[in-house]
Amino acid sequence: MGEQIKIRAQNQGEITDIRILMQHPMETGQRKDDKGQIFPAQFIQTFSVSLNGKVIIDGQLNTSVSKNPLFTFKARGIKSGDKLSVAWTDNTGDKRQDEITVS
Amino acid sequence: MLELRRQFLKGGLSAALLTPLLGTGLLTPTRVLAADWNRPAFTARNVGDALKAYGSANAAESRDILINAPEIAENGAKVEIEITSNIANTRSLAVFADKNPMPLCSSIEFSSPVLPYLREQLKLSETTRIRVVAKTAEGKFHVAFREIKVTLGGCGG
Repeated sequence: MGEQIKIRAQNQGEITDIRILMQHPMETGQRKDDKGQIFPAQFIQTFSVSLNGKVIIDGQLNTSVSKNPLFTFKARGIKSGDKLSVAWTDNTGDKRQDEITVS
Repeated sequence: MLELRRQFLKGGLSAALLTPLLGTGLLTPTRVLAADWNRPAFTARNVGDALKAYGSANAAESRDILINAPEIAENGAKVEIEITSNIANTRSLAVFADKNPMPLCSSIEFSSPVLPYLREQLKLSETTRIRVVAKTAEGKFHVAFREIKVTLGGCGG
């Protein structure tokens, strides 16, 4: 169970900036500790963003996305009271889903 | 299941109760729609194979995909890039870093009312060419390039 996904929706006139911070180590599987042991790969493979229950963004990621992935998207016509939810799944099967109501 | 979800949406369930339910997938009906992770494209070890696996080996170069990125990135562990596609009916944006051990970094699909725009941060192992592939609703691929110099590689970090 990952940490909470932070979701922000900020209206810039007609267009809304959607910022999503998924707190996740995004371990590449290439790093070694002091003893030369490899940290196993652990990274978000898929995520989706839904608006009022309908998927509007469907993303697939690799280990090369930075730690604690931060994304910004833009959408038109998002209103106050709309529900935005984000869900991710990583390569180990760990999942997280969070939702906000646009203010 | 639907009833549970409704309660969830209303915030009627406590986090303690939700935690085990999330694991079962009962509360995540949206995920059913998500496409499977494109393993062949993401694990390809060179950009030619990655582009082939992604299906965009014959993309036409386009000036209508704008890539905003630093010319020189001091820290390859976090390089921010911003992409805007002005190509009509852009449905997805994929980002490749030619010199990364696994070039395909991300592939993201959009549907209305989301605009074909994306800002994200990547790990770059060394100075590399970035290529962004836009796919349209008609299934056509377009590509744009951008060179980023990396002072300190970010794949081990």
